[in-house]
Amino acid sequence: MGYQIPREAADQLFGWLAEHYEILAPKVFAGEGCFSDTDVTRYGTVRSLSEIEFDKKSDYSFKEALLPVNETLFYFTEDQETVPAAPGKKRLVFLRSCDLHALKRLDAIYLENGREDFYYKRLREHVLFVLIGCPESCDTGFCVSMGTSQTGDYDLYLKISEETVWADCKSEELKAFFGRLPDGTCAETAVSPEAPSENKETVTLPPSFSEDILSNPVWESYGSRCIGCGRCNFVCPTCTCFTMQDIHYRDNAKAGERRRVWASCQVDGYTDVAGGGSFRKTQSDRLRFKVLHKICDFEKRFGFQMCVGCGRCEAVCPEYISYISLINTLVKEDA
Amino acid sequence: MSLDINTKKAKKNAYRISKVRGVGASRIRVPGGYLKAEILGMVQKIAETYGNGIVHLTTRQGFEIEGIRLEDMDAINQMLQPIIELLDINQTDKNGGYPASGTRNVSACIGNNVCPFANYNTAEFAKRLEKAIFPNDLHFKVALTGCPNDCAKVRLHDFGIIGMTMPQYDPARCVACKACIKGCKSLSVDALRMENHKIVRDEEKCIGCGVCVTKCPTRAFTRSKKKYYRLSIMGRTGKRNPRLGKDFLVWADEDSVVKIILNTYRFVKEYIDPNAPGGKEHIGYIIDRVGFEEYKKWALDGVELLPETIVNQCVYWDGIHYD
Ligand code: HEM
Ligand code: HEM
Ligand code: SF4
Ligand code: SF4
Ligand code: SF4
Ligand code: SF4
Ligand code: SF4
Repeated sequence: MGYQIPREAADQLFGWLAEHYEILAPKVFAGEGCFSDTDVTRYGTVRSLSEIEFDKKSDYSFKEALLPVNETLFYFTEDQETVPAAPGKKRLVFLRSCDLHALKRLDAIYLENGREDFYYKRLREHVLFVLIGCPESCDTGFCVSMGTSQTGDYDLYLKISEETVWADCKSEELKAFFGRLPDGTCAETAVSPEAPSENKETVTLPPSFSEDILSNPVWESYGSRCIGCGRCNFVCPTCTCFTMQDIHYRDNAKAGERRRVWASCQVDGYTDVAGGGSFRKTQSDRLRFKVLHKICDFEKRFGFQMCVGCGRCEAVCPEYISYISLINTLVKEDA
Repeated sequence: MSLDINTKKAKKNAYRISKVRGVGASRIRVPGGYLKAEILGMVQKIAETYGNGIVHLTTRQGFEIEGIRLEDMDAINQMLQPIIELLDINQTDKNGGYPASGTRNVSACIGNNVCPFANYNTAEFAKRLEKAIFPNDLHFKVALTGCPNDCAKVRLHDFGIIGMTMPQYDPARCVACKACIKGCKSLSVDALRMENHKIVRDEEKCIGCGVCVTKCPTRAFTRSKKKYYRLSIMGRTGKRNPRLGKDFLVWADEDSVVKIILNTYRFVKEYIDPNAPGGKEHIGYIIDRVGFEEYKKWALDGVELLPETIVNQCVYWDGIHYD
């Protein structure tokens, strides 16, 4: 159902939602960028519409709304384990089309890849998704190429201006909130999400690659520039890897907790195994593994590409390693 | 041709009396070394109209237009006017050129306008200081640098201002990648270690350089909202006792730094050797004579330091002694 609402009424509606849900949305964290006097846009709890960054794609993806950077799986004492309670409030998560497509990848990994993940599932079941439109393509995204520029899989779509808010609400649960608006403030109208028809960048993936790409010199040429910082993984909405940490509390080593924490296949330690072995030692090997996971290996297992073309990895790399150029070189040379 | 020049006045007016009789140089101050490119064209025009077409880039980030004839000073002052206005330099007489030269140009490294390591906008702070301290005939040298790399070599100045940030750590965002630990060890002072998969920062050791913040891939380490400064004092080069400046304040705020410098002008007025040649005596030598305790009293007068600011109660300098 589409609505047109004056901004003031929409702000009031948002207030009701904020009471009922924990609302997670892209937000500008002033001064918290890498460099002094620079900002970062990442997810955080918001209480009003004006806190949400609607114009710029977030530097870090929405995934932390479902996969906390650090998540305690259980606490242990000498003879017991305790699983922490699930968050009390339901969540509303604001995100763009590419990220909503990424959700399908997270679901594939955590729900459809063998046993369902208890922690992911209990969060996921209580999340509603609010789509932010993209009237124009962002700078580095190639969602059109990856088929992720449009989606209908949202619970709510919101577009805002200073005076007016347009909404398309698919969720019955959320429709009830629109019903509470005073008469005359909520005009029904057709609203459909804004989506870009083209991007500045294009990536055309072949149905499959040949084995030859494994020895393509591209891995070495880009890998030798990679510093293994992991930013490309941490910003990616489809990277799902975690590692385990067991913590024994300092003043009582018999009590502690087990956490799972985001991991990056580009950072030292990822392929370390008991006995001191390590499988992918060079950044070239790691880069090859990551890129092929994104555009080849995942697809072999699940039938759709892992990468949604959000372009965040491209934008964040401090060494200007262009994921897009790398893939395009690979595609060209394998043709 | 007879030439009647008041050299004291000319020097105060920022002209140099050169080794060639009748010929001088015009000195242009550029706070923070930060200027609109159009000023370069204006400097060129003066150099080609009144000078010998050569400009020297001074060690304090100003321009020195060579080969000007001392009788052209008034005309040159007219041409300096738009430069003075564009750089927003305090002036007493419009079209009269620079009203003083004792307090030198406030110099600075490029700072966070460009440099990824910088902890603040050095040009802006340089301008604030210039507005606060200029014009003054007392010989003060102030320099600013964006981070402890000290590219501006501020420890060779009376006042050296070094940018700091107090790293803010959010354990909930930390993925234990150790990039901060490695960065702090290889580029800075090795103040970080890991305990139970989380970072522990040795607060005594940390110099607030911000390397950990730039290295962190998840924004677990971020900069403090407040900007902090290390204030190094009384560094100097020169004949008798060249030496590096020593830390007076660590984790100080901008207002306190400005206030202390202004207080130092009052201290110098009180204690400067009345017979000092040209009314110039380096502040450091005055403090050597009067004693650091007395200086500290004057410097901190009315200054409200942040609770986290560390004041070095006794400062001793070493350096090379030729005297
Ligand atoms: C040739 C012999 C073995 C090889 C090559 C091997 C290899 C590995 C590797 C690669 C991992 C994953 C490590 C990681 O992701 O950090 C692992 C985990 C594990 N292995 Fe082995 N393993 C061997 C023998 C054993 C034996 C004999 C046992 C038990 C009796 C064992 C128990 C485990 C357990 C419990 C884990 C999971 C540890 C955890 O989740 O923290 N492994 N092993
Ligand atoms: C009894 C023998 C072995 C055992 C028990 C074992 C066990 C494991 C386990 C548990 C993992 C982790 C899988 C995961 O994290 O999903 C692993 C990964 C791996 N193993 Fe083995 N392994 C064995 C032999 C070998 C051998 C002989 C090789 C190589 C010649 C090898 C190469 C690898 C590699 C490259 C990985 C990482 C794969 C990846 O990260 O996708 N393993 N192995
Ligand atoms: S690999 Fe890069 S472009 Fe693809 S989904 Fe991840 S961050 Fe986005
Ligand atoms: S690219 Fe690396 S970090 Fe990301 S999901 Fe794949 S293996 Fe994990
Ligand atoms: S962001 Fe760039 S440098 Fe860092 S790990 Fe990824 S590819 Fe390498
Ligand atoms: S700010 Fe402190 S902890 Fe961080 S790198 Fe510099 S010295 Fe190390
Ligand atoms: S760099 Fe950041 S994420 Fe990595 S260990 Fe340090 S604080 Fe944690």
